Amino acid sequence: MKTLGPRISFYAGFVVGTFTLYAFLRQLWFEKTLPMHQVTTLARIQDYQQQLEEEKKMWKKEGSALFNLEHPHHIGEDSRMADELYKKVRILCWVMTGPKNLETKTRHAKYTWSRHCNIVVFMSSVDDPDFPTVGLGTKEGRDQLYWKTIRAYHYAYEHYADEADWFLKADDDTYVIVDNLRWILANHTPEEPIYFGRRFKPYTKQGYMSGGAGYVLSKEALRRFVEGFKSKQCTHTTSVEDLAMGQCMEKVGVLAGDSRDSFHRETFHPFVLEQHLTAKFPKSFWYWSYCYYPISEGPNCCSDMSVSFHYVDAVGMYLMEYYTYHLRAFGYRYRYQPSTPHGYSINKFESWDAGKKDKKLEQKLVHPDLSRTDKRQNEDPPPVDGKDGPAAAEGK
Amino acid sequence: MLSDGCSFMKGMLLGGVFCLVLSFLGSFHFSSESSTEDHHHHHIYAPSKDELKRLSDSRVEELKNQVRVYCIIMVQPKTLVYWATVLDTWSKHCDNAVFYTSEGSKALEAVDLNEKDDWARLRKALIHAYENAGDLRWFFVAQPTTFAIIENLKYLILAKDPNEPFYLGNAVKSGELEYVEYSSGIVLSYEALKRLMTMFKDEGQCPERTHTLWKMGEDKQLALCLKYAGVFAENGEDRHGKGLFNKQNVVNMIKQSMQDNPTDVVEGCCPDMAVTYGGMSPNQMHVMMFGVYRLRPYGHDFHDWLTFYPPKDSDND
Repeated sequence: MKTLGPRISFYAGFVVGTFTLYAFLRQLWFEKTLPMHQVTTLARIQDYQQQLEEEKKMWKKEGSALFNLEHPHHIGEDSRMADELYKKVRILCWVMTGPKNLETKTRHAKYTWSRHCNIVVFMSSVDDPDFPTVGLGTKEGRDQLYWKTIRAYHYAYEHYADEADWFLKADDDTYVIVDNLRWILANHTPEEPIYFGRRFKPYTKQGYMSGGAGYVLSKEALRRFVEGFKSKQCTHTTSVEDLAMGQCMEKVGVLAGDSRDSFHRETFHPFVLEQHLTAKFPKSFWYWSYCYYPISEGPNCCSDMSVSFHYVDAVGMYLMEYYTYHLRAFGYRYRYQPSTPHGYSINKFESWDAGKKDKKLEQKLVHPDLSRTDKRQNEDPPPVDGKDGPAAAEGK
Repeated sequence: MLSDGCSFMKGMLLGGVFCLVLSFLGSFHFSSESSTEDHHHHHIYAPSKDELKRLSDSRVEELKNQVRVYCIIMVQPKTLVYWATVLDTWSKHCDNAVFYTSEGSKALEAVDLNEKDDWARLRKALIHAYENAGDLRWFFVAQPTTFAIIENLKYLILAKDPNEPFYLGNAVKSGELEYVEYSSGIVLSYEALKRLMTMFKDEGQCPERTHTLWKMGEDKQLALCLKYAGVFAENGEDRHGKGLFNKQNVVNMIKQSMQDNPTDVVEGCCPDMAVTYGGMSPNQMHVMMFGVYRLRPYGHDFHDWLTFYPPKDSDND
């Protein structure tokens, strides 16, 4: 009996010790995970705030216009040429929209292609300080389209004439590749009285630009448009917006430009990419008789440097953004090599190498000789891309 | 009484130490278990820019030659439109694209396997490919509803040795079996295919025909045979953990992303260097062809350390 006492005490102590430490460790573990739980719930509450913060980083709101702060960049890409064009070819994009479309259509244009414009203004019949949209004081409807256009361009001229060189009109279901638009416009100056789009031929001498595919006026063209209304040379001739615009442009001596690439492929498109690539339009379809230039079906329908597509739905906006700016084939050397716009030269730039300064690379960038001994080997000679710059330079 | 107290204290101390030891052992046990999990959950990444920079010019050319792909496209006359679309689009970027059909078609050329059973047909195609590989060392198996960007596949496997057994794509788990899902494309190295040829002779473990009522999908059958040959499925992904082989088509993935990441739809959805999308309609394939090989924003360049040239006699890339 006497030896049993300390033995029992020992075992009791052992059990107590085990449980005590176990409870202690559990508490420690629990305390480690508890803050994490708190963090996740807090994160959910702050999600909305974060969204607003993100938006503040993307745009600077000035009145009802959004000035793009961050021209979107990709990690690992060399965007020196795009950056140079962004500075020198400033584009104000205005989007024709209405209050009913803001959440279903316009918002997707806002989060995708409009981020590549220098300035974007959403034009509606109603003021909306949050989106933001400008209220043009019109009603909604197809018959209001030219009124909206007239007022929208006047608004842009009155407020932002000095902040941009070119003024683009697009619908809320138009997808625009603004970088490619800059490529075309870089061969012209904002002092030229000229405008570009998908050229249609009927009803006018020099043709007019399809409204849905979007069109872009030079600063001089815009000035003449506004002057034209002041002097009553231009009036609200018809509610068919694109035709009316074409008629005014003709009256005030603004040239209808040729926006095709050096292979004569169209860049502004009145339908979605899928249709231009795959659809066989019946010969009776209006499209055949409207297009100013000969139509190509299949892969030649569309330039590699395409600028716009129309009737793009919400999903389509993100799909186009993905195809244009994100998805690519590693190392692929494109068949069509667009020529550098006049006055822009890659030789001006220092060697591009993310991080290190490589003297060897510097030399190679300056030399236009493509048969370098670095990683790229020429199996085929690069294709000749023909004429210099878009055919528009010839002022067709 | 004092001796009782002392014993008690000793017991407590020992109990505490015992508990600590147990908990350490426990965590060690768990970590070792998870590491065996990781071993089967292998991820395959493309080489980084730094890795590529370190290679000599001749080595890069060697790798470019080594990474040429033999495409095995499993078609059927009933899906002729898809067959024709694949022929007209991405398959032109394979170094050798061979179409294997269940039965002959007057419209299009293919290796007629004259086999209705899916698994038996796949086996025959793989055997034919192995025997006709020439000097090609990588094999890519696709269905006619899959769109593949072969350059991105080559980039992914660039630094991998085809004399090692590689079996990769969209790796998924079904019970205990990890397999590469069929519609997102299956990649096999020469060594993996070689071992498979040996397994095909083993009617016990890898039978040509199973006479059970319930048939296992041919992609699972393939995984099983490869597993017995010591080849395990690996998942192809980018450095952000995004899968490069996609079972869903791109439109569905974007729709899903619009729900899940409404303010960051494209970034949250699909990888830049995607290799495959499954379930694509013919029109979607034509659009993707243009989107990948033609359309791009002017002034944005990628100076990749390898160049792939467009195929001859092709007008849509």
